Amino acid sequence: MSTDTTTPDATERTRALLTTAEPRRRRTDRIMTVLIWGAFVLAMVPLVSLLWTVLFNGAGRISIEFLTYSMRGIFGGDPSGGIYHAVAGTLIITGWATVISVPVGLLVAIYLVEYGRGPLARSVTFFVDVMTGIPSIVAGLFAVSLFTIFFGPGARFGLMGAVALSVLMIPVVVRSCEEMLKLVPNELREASYALGVPKWLTIVRVVLRTSVAGLTTGVLLAVARVIGETAPLLVAVGVTDSINFDAFDGRMMTLPVFIYRQYSQGLATCRDGQADCVADIALQNAWGAALTLIAIVMLLNVVGRLVNRWFAPKLR
Amino acid sequence: MTTTDSPPAVPAPAPARPRRRRSTGDTERGFSRTFRWITTGAGALILATLAAVALFLVARAFPAVTASPTELADAVPRYPDDTSFIAYVGPLVFGTLLAAVLALLLATPVAMGIALFISHYAPRRLAQVLGYLVDLLAAIPSVVYGLWGIAVLAPAAAPVWGWLNDYLGWFPLFAGEASPTARTLATVAVVLAVMILPIITAVSREVFLQTPRLHEEAALALGATRWEMVRTAVLPFGRSGVISAAMLGLGRALGETMAVLMILSPGFLYSFKVFQAAQHQTIAAYIALDFPEASGLAVNALIATGLALFVITLAVNMAARAVVARRKDFSGAN
Repeated sequence: MSTDTTTPDATERTRALLTTAEPRRRRTDRIMTVLIWGAFVLAMVPLVSLLWTVLFNGAGRISIEFLTYSMRGIFGGDPSGGIYHAVAGTLIITGWATVISVPVGLLVAIYLVEYGRGPLARSVTFFVDVMTGIPSIVAGLFAVSLFTIFFGPGARFGLMGAVALSVLMIPVVVRSCEEMLKLVPNELREASYALGVPKWLTIVRVVLRTSVAGLTTGVLLAVARVIGETAPLLVAVGVTDSINFDAFDGRMMTLPVFIYRQYSQGLATCRDGQADCVADIALQNAWGAALTLIAIVMLLNVVGRLVNRWFAPKLR
Repeated sequence: MTTTDSPPAVPAPAPARPRRRRSTGDTERGFSRTFRWITTGAGALILATLAAVALFLVARAFPAVTASPTELADAVPRYPDDTSFIAYVGPLVFGTLLAAVLALLLATPVAMGIALFISHYAPRRLAQVLGYLVDLLAAIPSVVYGLWGIAVLAPAAAPVWGWLNDYLGWFPLFAGEASPTARTLATVAVVLAVMILPIITAVSREVFLQTPRLHEEAALALGATRWEMVRTAVLPFGRSGVISAAMLGLGRALGETMAVLMILSPGFLYSFKVFQAAQHQTIAAYIALDFPEASGLAVNALIATGLALFVITLAVNMAARAVVARRKDFSGAN
C-alpha cells in the first residue's frame, strides 16, 4: 500500500476520490436541509389555510344577535337566531367535566409522584397512557351505556356528556400535572419535613403551591383539548334548539355539535323574492360558530401559556 | 395517669400516640394516612374507569353479538341480509384501518422532518415558537377540520386525484373512477394526516432532543455533514421513539370521527379504490351517523362496533407504550 501512494497515479486517484465524493455528500446534505425545511412549511400550509378560511367565512356572521340569541323557532333560511344556547351548553358541560376531572386527575398525579411505588403505580402509569388513546366516540358510548342503565334508554342530558369528556380529560390532566409536580425540587420537600410538617401538609402547602402556575396551565390546556370534542356529545347529549342551563335534565346544544348540525342541514329552499331568506344560512351559521369555537380554544391556549410564564416561581 | 399541674385533656392522648406508632411500625400520623389512601384510591379509580368502559361496552354489545342474522336485519337499518355479525363489522374495520394506515403513511415522513427541523435545524431561538405553531394544529377541533376539508381541501384535491387516477390508474390504490367532488377516502386520509401530525411530531421531537450530545459531536468531528450526523447519530437513537410516536398517531387516526363523518361519502365494501366515492366507511363515523336515530337492538349493534374500535385502538396504544417503556431501559443516554 505504502508503495502505491507514492506513485503519481495513486496520488491522483486519491485526490480525485476526495474531491469528487465531496460534492455528492454536500449535495445530499443540501437536499435534506431543503426537504426538512419543506416539511415544516408543508405543515404550516393547512394551519394557515384553515385559520384563514374560518376567519374569512365566519367573521361576517358574528354579531351581537348571533352571540345572544338561540335557534328556538328558527326554520329554513331565516337569517335570525344565534349560538347562545350552544355556547352556554359548551361552557356548562365542559365546566362539569373540569369539576370531575381536575380533582381526580390531580390526586392521581400526586399519588404517582409522591407515593407511587410498586405494581399499582406502574399499572396506573401504563393505563393512564392507554386511556389517552381511547377514541372519543367510545367515551360517548361508555357514558350512554352507563347512564341508560339507570335512567332508561332515552336518557340524554348534559352530565352524560360531562362524564364522557372526563374520560378523555382525566389522562391529559394526570400527565401534565405529573410533569409539573416532578419539577418541584426535592430540597423543598425535605426542608418542610425537617421542620416537622406532616407529609400531606407538605404536599398541599409546599408542593402544590410551588407548582400552581404549571398546574393551571395543564388544566387550561386539557380544557382546550376537550372543548372541541364533538362525537361523544353527539351521542350522549343530543341536540336542541333551545337554551337549557340544567345539566341534569334534558338535551343540551354544544358548539361543536351545533357546527355539525348546521353543516348537515345543507341549503335552505327560498322562494323568489322572499325577503328574510338566505339559502346558505346554515353554512354561514356553521362557520360563525366555528370561528367562535376556535377563538375560545385559542384564548384558553394563550391564557394557559401566559399563566405559566407570569406566575411560574423563580426557583433559582 | 392524671398529673397535678396540667389539665386532664392534654395528657390523655399522649400515651396513646406512641403506642399506635409502635404497633404499625411507620411514622405516618393523623391525616397523612388518610391522604395517602385518598390519592391511592384516585389511582385505583383510573384502573376502575378503564375496566368499567370495557365492561359496560361488552355488556351492551352482548345482545347484538348473540342475536341471529334475521333479528339483526329487522332491527338495524342498512343491515345486509343473511350475514353474520362478523361479516357486518368486517368492511367497517377494513375502512377504519385503511384510512388510518394511509394517514399514517402520509404523516410520518413529514412529522419526522418537522421534528428534526425543530430539534436540529431551526434557529435555536425560534425553535420553541415554531413548536407551538405545530402544536396549534392539535388544538383545532375536529369538526372544524371537517368543515375545512369539505370547503377547501376537497375542491383543491379533486384535480390532483383525477390526475393520479388518469396516469397511475394501474396502481390498485388509484384505480376505479375518480369522484369529481373528492369526498373520498384519499381526502379523508389527508385530513387525518394533518390531524395526527402534531402528536407524532411532539413525541419524535422529544426523542430527537434526547440524542446524546457527545454522539452528535463525535459524528461532526469525523467530518460528517449535518445530514450525515442526523442519519448516523440522531435517527438510530430515535428509531424506537419514532415507531411508538407513529403508533400513537395511528391510534388517534383510528378513533377520529367528525372529519371522516363530514367528508366521506360512505359505502360498505372491501375496496382499495381510494379515489372512488361510496366505497368505505369507518367505525367511528358509522356510529356517529346512526346512533342519534337508533333504538333497541340497533343501539347494541352500534355499541358492538364501538367495542371493536375500542379493542383495536387499545391494542395499538398498548403496543406503542410497550415500545416506549422498553426503550427507556436500553436508552443510550444512560
